[in-house]
Amino acid sequence: MSLSDEELERYSRHLILKEIGYRGQKRLSESKVLIIGAGGLGAPVGLYLAAAGVGTIGIADADNVDLSNLQRQIIHTTAAIGTPKVESAARSMKAVNPNINIKTYKIFVNAGNISDLIREYDFVVDGTDNFPAKFLINDACVMEKKAFSHAGIIRFKGQLMTVIPGESPCYRCVFTEPPPAGAVPTCREAGVIGAVAGVIGSLHALETIKYLTETGELLSGRLLTFDALTMQFRTVKLPDRGKGCAVCSDNPSITTLIDYDKPECEMCKRGQ
Amino acid sequence: MINVTICGESKQIKENTAISELLIQENVDMPQYVSVSVNDEFVGRDNYTQHRLNDGDTVEFLYFMGGGR
Repeated sequence: MSLSDEELERYSRHLILKEIGYRGQKRLSESKVLIIGAGGLGAPVGLYLAAAGVGTIGIADADNVDLSNLQRQIIHTTAAIGTPKVESAARSMKAVNPNINIKTYKIFVNAGNISDLIREYDFVVDGTDNFPAKFLINDACVMEKKAFSHAGIIRFKGQLMTVIPGESPCYRCVFTEPPPAGAVPTCREAGVIGAVAGVIGSLHALETIKYLTETGELLSGRLLTFDALTMQFRTVKLPDRGKGCAVCSDNPSITTLIDYDKPECEMCKRGQ
Repeated sequence: MINVTICGESKQIKENTAISELLIQENVDMPQYVSVSVNDEFVGRDNYTQHRLNDGDTVEFLYFMGGGR
């Protein structure tokens, strides 16, 4: 299907870019992206991808909008407090761009549901706020060979990396295993500036658009870190993929998904 | 003394400094949860006390950042 006159006007600033153009815009409109987490990171990612005309956007989150979210989760409004985040996010994205399809999943991902969920998408955005979810998304995407972008934020800092399974190092290559619960503070405990979520979420959206349109160089094999206090971006080269990685090496020791946040007895049952 | 590059900055440190010692000298928060690469190779967290730095090494600290929502 070709782009309508309305779409040609709406996306005119994309179409004029030689790296995107008509072909890239068509590619975006035919693409499916899953955003896991409709919070600080998911908010700018959802708005920018909707605005950019990504044809199908899935969004997964089981939470409702809370007053304390609004300092950074710019996809939600005061009027949406108490309503499901995925519905609030879908409403905002539709308001920006009614041409796109939005699929909402009022769930938290777990080892039982994530593989089926990510399978139908072209790219996955990790906008979660905890290590069990981040490792789960990494492992599931590696096993399903699904490209994804990881990000994390805390206080005045953020980090981002894109993983192309089978090609570039994965999140587990870098961080091995989740820290014990409570060992590393979360934004709830340590705080975060809303605009840091905006910076990192915008970069998340850029990586997604670059991947979908095959434009430029992805943050694969590299970890970007941002410090708002010094306004320094650094890109750290990562070692090659899979050297001893438990999930993405050629002989992985982890071959089934793990729910790290399950009680210990559940973990024992799984033989972890 | 030897010259090393730590997170992009050139520094002089004592010969035979172990990664575990460097993490303390650099005031790294919760050093047991920091991933370290030396010359683009990860050093396993179990090896931080054994792995000693050489002149010209490039060291990166990679921190867990779990927030997002």
